[in-house]
Amino acid sequence: MRVEPRTRVPFVLVILAPIAAIVTSFVLCAGLVAWSGASIFEAYGLLLKGALGSGFALSETFARATPLIFTGLAAAVAFKSRFWNIGAEGQLYAGALIITVLGTGMLDLHPGIMIPILVITSAVAGALMLLGPVLLKIHFGVDEVVTTLLLNFIVLLLVSLLLEGPLKDPMGLGWPQAEPVTEAAELPRLFLGLRLHSGLLLALLFSVIMWIVSIRTTLGYEMRAVGFNQKAARFAGMPVKRVMIMTALISGGIAGIAGFSEVAGMKGNLTLDLSPGFGYTGIVVAMLAQLHPLGVIISASFVASIFVGADAMSRSAGVPSYIADVMVSVSLLCMLVSVLLVRFRIRWS
Amino acid sequence: METSFAWLEIFLNASFWVAAVRIATPLIFGTLGEVICERAGVLNLGIEGIMTLGAMAGWMAVYQGAGLWSGVLFAAACGATFGLLHAMLTVPLGLSQHVTGIGITLLATSLSSYVYRLILPEVNSPPRIQAFEPLEIPGLSSIPIIGEALFKQTPLTYFAFISVVVVAYVLYRTPVGLAVQMVGENPAAAEAQGLNVTLIRTGAIVCGSAFMAVGGAFLTMSAFNAFFFNMINGRGWICIALVVFASWRPGKALLGALLFAAFDAYQMRLQQLLGTEIPYQIFLMMPYVLSILALIVMSRRVGYPQALMIPYRKGER
Repeated sequence: MRVEPRTRVPFVLVILAPIAAIVTSFVLCAGLVAWSGASIFEAYGLLLKGALGSGFALSETFARATPLIFTGLAAAVAFKSRFWNIGAEGQLYAGALIITVLGTGMLDLHPGIMIPILVITSAVAGALMLLGPVLLKIHFGVDEVVTTLLLNFIVLLLVSLLLEGPLKDPMGLGWPQAEPVTEAAELPRLFLGLRLHSGLLLALLFSVIMWIVSIRTTLGYEMRAVGFNQKAARFAGMPVKRVMIMTALISGGIAGIAGFSEVAGMKGNLTLDLSPGFGYTGIVVAMLAQLHPLGVIISASFVASIFVGADAMSRSAGVPSYIADVMVSVSLLCMLVSVLLVRFRIRWS
Repeated sequence: METSFAWLEIFLNASFWVAAVRIATPLIFGTLGEVICERAGVLNLGIEGIMTLGAMAGWMAVYQGAGLWSGVLFAAACGATFGLLHAMLTVPLGLSQHVTGIGITLLATSLSSYVYRLILPEVNSPPRIQAFEPLEIPGLSSIPIIGEALFKQTPLTYFAFISVVVVAYVLYRTPVGLAVQMVGENPAAAEAQGLNVTLIRTGAIVCGSAFMAVGGAFLTMSAFNAFFFNMINGRGWICIALVVFASWRPGKALLGALLFAAFDAYQMRLQQLLGTEIPYQIFLMMPYVLSILALIVMSRRVGYPQALMIPYRKGER
């Protein structure tokens, strides 16, 4: 068996790849759903209804998609340059941490100034989290996968330490949670009575910005070149190290803003369960989007709808809600294979 | 004056060394498994998930009435299955080893949670099983401190030590081991020698993943006797760092795991000693910080397998 590159890739296949991957993963997971005793079609129907069936469901789905757009974008930007940032989870918490320090009373400004400041500081916090791993990679050849992964655990412990210490809310009835952010730091809700907040607009804005950066700027071109062939990029005179550092800072920064959006838009305060693995799910989002900044919006919405829908399905049909994590990870693996089949053909002789 | 030497006395306490060897056991299995995969040229980031799956599968088999060793075997088989999946995607298809590995970890972890919750719907405290009992080696176990630490452990710990010797022997002294090393260093040359690169790499990943799963199973079948979500808690990632620390050698992997575990056991006791003065999270961070430091220190003089992370496609230059 050999795998050969296709000389011409039909555009239809590029569009079909994610659809085929998603259909395949639904089929593969049907067995697990059936195992729980639920009827497959009824369960999937409940999932669909729970994710998209009402205004409330749509609000929940897009509220869930918001952090995933940020973390998916963070992964997409980094992976495009073949920089394996698996630390979006930690960067998200770093962003949330700095927002908690600044937003719960330390800064008292007009929302019009306050929110941009908080966006920038959360981005800086996230970016700094990734500065260490990228410098270690460049100067010592330390694999960034392991360092970013391990930093996730360190940051979470740091958050736990601070939430039980200096950042603990005195009114929190003893729970390890921080004080809520002030009104000026809150991201406004988009509709009355629904949890969907303006963090979504911020996420969409960043997707568009990253898309423009990738197709219209020198940096975007260099980032792609470094990812495609590092040796050739260096030979062409590109500052490979600087490009990698820039990539890392942008990627970490975007993940940091996810922390701001979740604290200031969704939860109101920092807790230890702020993110149920948004950082890791972001990797799936990025791969489903084939690392395209605008595609991330679609794939994040899809992944979010599975999570929100599975919650509803779990309540009505008794299928454990972990099915969502299984479906999402299966769709990642299916997507990897289907993208491969688009770019390559398999010869069996 | 009373407590001033307490931090030193920890080392004289046999229970400290016993704990160190116990903590080391899953790390030995995990690191050994990863060494086998990487020696054949394939990074296996599925390790964290495969360990979780092994922990769940082994425990569940015993909970459903299987014998302890059948449970270990079942865990190994589950690990091998996911290893085979990782191998199929990364070796013949040549997909990104990073992304595939993360995918395997996400899948194995979520599948473990799903299956556990399906079989055991909401329970207040996780049920326990009758786990492996410590097995004293007559004679040797009466040596003070060392005897207790090394020869009063559960059977899986002895199995870990034996595995290190066997893997080292196979890797360095048998044709199979040399073939594994060769496909990890120079697959094109191996192919020219008439070796089947795809088959050898696949075999190495399957075998390595089985070891990882047994490492996970140790936690539920010899240490905690119950399964918790998130119980692997980064141990797999620490194993990846330990592989670098060990320069991809089984013997050094054993040493690295023991050193690391001794440090971990020490920080736990220090934590009890200084409990109120320093927040416990600082101590819990130590293993992760230590792993990163080990990576930095060792990274300059490592002889990593030359073809690591490079997919091999026949006839491609």
